[in-house]
Amino acid sequence: MSAPLLRVEHLGMHFGGLKAVDDVDLDVPEGEITAVIGPNGAGKSTFFNVVSGFCTPTTGRVALNGVDVTGLAPHRIARLGVARTFQTTKLFPEAEVLDNVIIGRRQHTKSNVLDAILRTKRLRTEAAECRERARQALEFAGVLHLEALPVGSIPQEARKRVAIALALVAEPQLLLLDEPAAGINEEETSGLTALIRKVVESGIAVCLVEHKMRMVMDLSDRIVVLNQGKKIAEGTPEEIRGDPTVIDAYLGGSSHA
Amino acid sequence: MTLFLQQFVNGIALGSVYSLVALGLTLVYGVLKVPNFAHGALYMAGAYVSYVMLTSFGASYIVAMAVSVVVLAVLGGSMEWLVFRRLEGKTPVHSMIAALGLLFFMEGTADVIWGPTFRQVPTPFDGVVTLLGVNITEQRILVIVAAVVTMVGLYLLLKRTLVGMSIEAMAQDREGALLVGIDTRRVALLTFAISGALAAVAGSLIAPLLLVFPNMGELIILKAFVIVILGGMGSVPGAILGGYLLALAETMAGTYVSFAFSELIAFGLLVLVLVIRPTGLFQKGV
Amino acid sequence: MRLPPARGVALSLLLLTAILFPLLVDNPYLVSVVITAYVTAIAVYGLDVMLGYTGELSLAQGGFFGIGGYSAGILMATYEVSFWIALPAAVVMTAALGYVIGLAALRTRGDYFAIFTLAVGVMIVIIIERWEGVTGGTDGLIGIPPPSSIGPLRFDSLTAQYYLVLFFLVLTIYVVWSLVNSLVGRTFVAVRNSEELARAVGIDAGKTHQLSFVISAALAGLGGALYAVFLGYIGPAMGGVQMTFMMLVYLMIGGVASLAGPLVGTLLVTGLMQFLQAFAEYQMMALGPILVVVIIFFPKGLAGLAKLLPERWRR
Repeated sequence: MSAPLLRVEHLGMHFGGLKAVDDVDLDVPEGEITAVIGPNGAGKSTFFNVVSGFCTPTTGRVALNGVDVTGLAPHRIARLGVARTFQTTKLFPEAEVLDNVIIGRRQHTKSNVLDAILRTKRLRTEAAECRERARQALEFAGVLHLEALPVGSIPQEARKRVAIALALVAEPQLLLLDEPAAGINEEETSGLTALIRKVVESGIAVCLVEHKMRMVMDLSDRIVVLNQGKKIAEGTPEEIRGDPTVIDAYLGGSSHA
Repeated sequence: MTLFLQQFVNGIALGSVYSLVALGLTLVYGVLKVPNFAHGALYMAGAYVSYVMLTSFGASYIVAMAVSVVVLAVLGGSMEWLVFRRLEGKTPVHSMIAALGLLFFMEGTADVIWGPTFRQVPTPFDGVVTLLGVNITEQRILVIVAAVVTMVGLYLLLKRTLVGMSIEAMAQDREGALLVGIDTRRVALLTFAISGALAAVAGSLIAPLLLVFPNMGELIILKAFVIVILGGMGSVPGAILGGYLLALAETMAGTYVSFAFSELIAFGLLVLVLVIRPTGLFQKGV
Repeated sequence: MRLPPARGVALSLLLLTAILFPLLVDNPYLVSVVITAYVTAIAVYGLDVMLGYTGELSLAQGGFFGIGGYSAGILMATYEVSFWIALPAAVVMTAALGYVIGLAALRTRGDYFAIFTLAVGVMIVIIIERWEGVTGGTDGLIGIPPPSSIGPLRFDSLTAQYYLVLFFLVLTIYVVWSLVNSLVGRTFVAVRNSEELARAVGIDAGKTHQLSFVISAALAGLGGALYAVFLGYIGPAMGGVQMTFMMLVYLMIGGVASLAGPLVGTLLVTGLMQFLQAFAEYQMMALGPILVVVIIFFPKGLAGLAKLLPERWRR
């Protein structure tokens, strides 16, 4: 059996005495949607930060296609095919949508300062290619018509789509989505759900952190539940729905949807 | 041994001044989250106000210092009110550039009024006390005592008064402070006023020991930055401890190694600290 | 990246004005003022690469200006090296020092970076003042000769020097323009906008900062070297913190992250200061508040104001 796309083993991230992530195992297979859920402070965001290289884990390892990437810098992990979004999109509000997305292709280009100054053919070809790819990604995300508008002037949901387009333009193997539906309404959420499904159908695996239960239950092939940094359950949406430990720790207390 | 004690006392006196300057800087950093490059100019202005009170108005040393404290508190407060308040919500780079503008305005003004000449500030405390074979000028004793009194006063202000507690609350969590109903603007204004007053005390105390000139704040502010980075931006005990330690290190290095070396200590420390821990020694990592 | 035709015409007119300037203005003093503004503007473009496009305030720019000036000055005055070798050598030297300093300085960001580079700036002046045997200490270095001739081209007249400096200014503007309008420039802006996001899309933020800092230092070195050669003299004040401050004033008034900003700001403020020479001693007193006002009310400077004009005015 070949190694899964993403394999996380015994992952631990400790801040002083606090164990934000504690001995978590998780696999994300190709072509599937894996959701990571849990109450606030369960360690979901930290988990993402470790996988995408923004934090170096205290214990454990992260492997992509069987290759150990633990502790690599974020840009290296990104270049290995892992794209991610952030809870707040972090896009540049003053710049146009298309300009925001083009940069996502930079990792596949080689133009340097000399190319820029000498306006070489390589620079021109690469710039045109980045632009074309960025437009394709925007079209895929359903926001191509907004390409010339400043990000600051478009609605919240469109911004989420632009952020996903930015992540996709690099053609990743794995897309990490950090609460993609935060701050948008029910109708917009179902639109976004459809987009995420489309992403997976195009052959990209998705790992998702989300609070909105309906979205998670609709989308996910597998769900991993974290509580206080520990994995307390794992399974299909049906299994998770009926799991008493999960209901105890999470669904029973406060409803989040 | 006598030499060591002598230098130790000198170091403590210098450290008192360093600490006072660093304290003002660190308090403002706590609420503004931006290094106030103009803080050294407040220290310089404090020295000049005392100088004018002593020489032109014939005021007594204590009165001169009191006037300086009041003037600089107003000056510090107006910095916040006129400038930094208006930059709320902009990037830190904006505030840093504004601070530089204030720095050069104040230095330029001092240069226009008093010229670039070095001024000697008279002190009534020019006697010398001999203790265990160590000669200590009365002014140095005054520096040490006054600084300690000021620090104790500041400590009581921060820990025992509502205003002080608001300052600390805001330094720790601005939004939280806003949520629990603290008037953050008023607190910011007061913090700047306090920082101006601290700079005035420092400037007035050191003036008779050194010379007064428009750029006198430039080197000490850099040292204060080093202290504050060492002690943790926003940390009061860090600023006090760091001030004394740096001054002692400099005095001892100047005595036993060389003067040039003592000048480089602060910068060497800065490079070292930032290379080892880019976010400062006592700050939590990213 | 093609320019709209109207802009091309405007640019050609500007260049023509710059070329004709010394022929039309029969005032050597005025020409030398403009030369000074040009060389300073080169360094201000460097400051803008770091501050405007990459988003970090480097307060060592005056120091790098001084290093460029002293490198060229020492090579030419002490070792009698030709200008045509000394100039590139000075640029490379400054860039190399920028690289080494960047290795340490760029471990920090934002406020700590500003403090660190301020300390570097102060240290550079201290070293220049103390290293008397080489730099001439506080007296500075005199007797830097004008550039040697290349064939029939001689550079000992003011007009010739004007064109030499103009050439390097145009070159600088071209380099900055071509960087900004390329994937490299996009990378700088991405890092300025959000370092986290940039890293997440595979950009090596550290390398990007380092590159920007080196380019910024190299331009300061170029400006400084030309400045020293043009004046024939160099003193420690040239590398001082006050120099950095002046550059910052020029940049903020002209407008950050705009191609015209650094040149417009430098020409305008230097020009005004010549007019108000009688008030020279009030210079700092006046420029401080101006900087503060600009930051509060016109954070994008004159270039930002120009953008507010109706579209058709610009085309």
